[in-house]
Amino acid sequence: MEKRVVFNSRWLPYLLVAPQVAVTAIFFFWPAAQAIYQSAFIPDPFGLKTQFVGFGNFEYLFGNAFYRQSFVTTAVFSVLVTVLSMSFALWLAAMADRIIKGSGIYRTLLIWPYAVAPAVAGVLWLFLFNPFTGIISWLLAQYGYTWNHGLNGGQAMTLVVIASAWKQISYNFLFFLAGLQAIPKSVIEAAAIDGASFWKRFWTIVFPLLSPTTFFLLVVNIIYAFFDTFGVIHTITQGGPQQSTTILVYKVFADGFVGQDLGSSAAQSVVLLVLVSLLTVIQFKFIERRVHYG
Amino acid sequence: MVERRGIGTWLTHAGLILGIALICFPIWVAFVASTLSQADLVRPPMPLIPGGHAIANYSEALFTGANAPVWLMLVNSMVMALGITIGKIVISILSAYAIVYFRFPFRMLFFWLIFLTLMLPVEVRIVPTYEVVAGLGLLNSYTGLILPLVASATATFLFRQLFLTIPDELVEAARVDGAGPVRFFIDILLPMSRTNIAALFVILFIYGWNQYLWPLLVTTDPSMNTIVMGIKQMLPTGDDVAKWPVVMATAMLAMLPPVLVVVFMQNLFVKGLVESEK
Repeated sequence: MEKRVVFNSRWLPYLLVAPQVAVTAIFFFWPAAQAIYQSAFIPDPFGLKTQFVGFGNFEYLFGNAFYRQSFVTTAVFSVLVTVLSMSFALWLAAMADRIIKGSGIYRTLLIWPYAVAPAVAGVLWLFLFNPFTGIISWLLAQYGYTWNHGLNGGQAMTLVVIASAWKQISYNFLFFLAGLQAIPKSVIEAAAIDGASFWKRFWTIVFPLLSPTTFFLLVVNIIYAFFDTFGVIHTITQGGPQQSTTILVYKVFADGFVGQDLGSSAAQSVVLLVLVSLLTVIQFKFIERRVHYG
Repeated sequence: MVERRGIGTWLTHAGLILGIALICFPIWVAFVASTLSQADLVRPPMPLIPGGHAIANYSEALFTGANAPVWLMLVNSMVMALGITIGKIVISILSAYAIVYFRFPFRMLFFWLIFLTLMLPVEVRIVPTYEVVAGLGLLNSYTGLILPLVASATATFLFRQLFLTIPDELVEAARVDGAGPVRFFIDILLPMSRTNIAALFVILFIYGWNQYLWPLLVTTDPSMNTIVMGIKQMLPTGDDVAKWPVVMATAMLAMLPPVLVVVFMQNLFVKGLVESEK
């Protein structure tokens, strides 16, 4: 879509886009180009000179068991966060959609965790599950279950998944509720007259009609789990124990800043870059479809 | 509506209340912990009813903190959040205006450049971006905290969509009346974008306030720490027992501004959230 009527000026439009273009050039494209460039070199141990290795860093990276494991960890983590957060949110939204009186209060009480930073969410859940003083770990101990996410990788993963999913429920709830409210009531009433029960109606009519929202949220949640959960991981587990919660974004940080392995970190950045690009393309393809659905 | 009476409605209410209780539980526990003494917490289970140490804990957090007092971290967070929010809105509305209302060489190139930033979140390019900011001498400065985060493809798109829906007759009328591009922007376009700017402001403020990785990298000086990253510094490494009541008081303070924004500007928040994802 284009404007028919426009203004004429030789210099004004450049002046207007200049700030945005300057920021993107200096802080986005230049560093991204640096990452791609650095990914083809290995610095010597003293950082004095670098050696060109072509795709060597990538070969090393994918030959590294820890890195391949990090892919698996990221996949498991994202799927768990997405499924847990979306199913809980859908359950809440389906109920909130049935309520007429008091729905505003319910909505208010359900959306505000959106405002909690992932890092703060991490601290809150860390406190609940603290092996020595946490109230949930105490409760589990009463049933003879020992909780120590500092030692047990499975428990560490469970905890970061719960904390990350918790923070994202509000977002999913809002979009599911909007999706449910957009479904014409006449369709559901017609099915009800034909004798379909609530669950039958839900699975055969409501859920399929909700699929554009569901697909959209799937992509958004995966992006969230990939990139925005750094704060959760960093506050709760720092990727441990034994790298069991080291997702890809955490590994770039750990290798680049803590481990000072710049070649590998740059190569990991490039891999992530490709992943984000793919996810963004999928997201946009999908949003086009959403427009067609109306 | 179908079958809205009787037991089903009550079950729905009960289910919702249960869901809300589950979601609010961590916050309630944090709030209670921020009102207890350290002695109440080290012997589990901790009580679930607020105690009487709230003033002591909050004042210790605010005025002593760990590496930096919390009031200072709150100020830093506020400056960063407002800087990011205002910066993003200003540069996005200007570039959207240029792209929609002018024809100039490389217009589409600029558009795609801005679009591509969507594919470059800071997590993806942390080390080189850090090097750029360090090279410019911007570590431990508000500029270093804010500037690298102010580019916004999302906000630019949002304004572009909005401008495209504004009828051409307005521009024609303005031109007949002798208004130039600057005057049209200030007197007509800005007032028409008011609600969208407000909605975007709410979303971006939360985004800015909740930044974690970037402040963690660029602020090594404790007096520049923001509160969201500062909490982590209050947790001990190793086997020391954290001062949980003070940490939880800090967590409550860290949540307060964005939560208040969401609760009191709920309609703008929902509008902003839905629109920025289109």
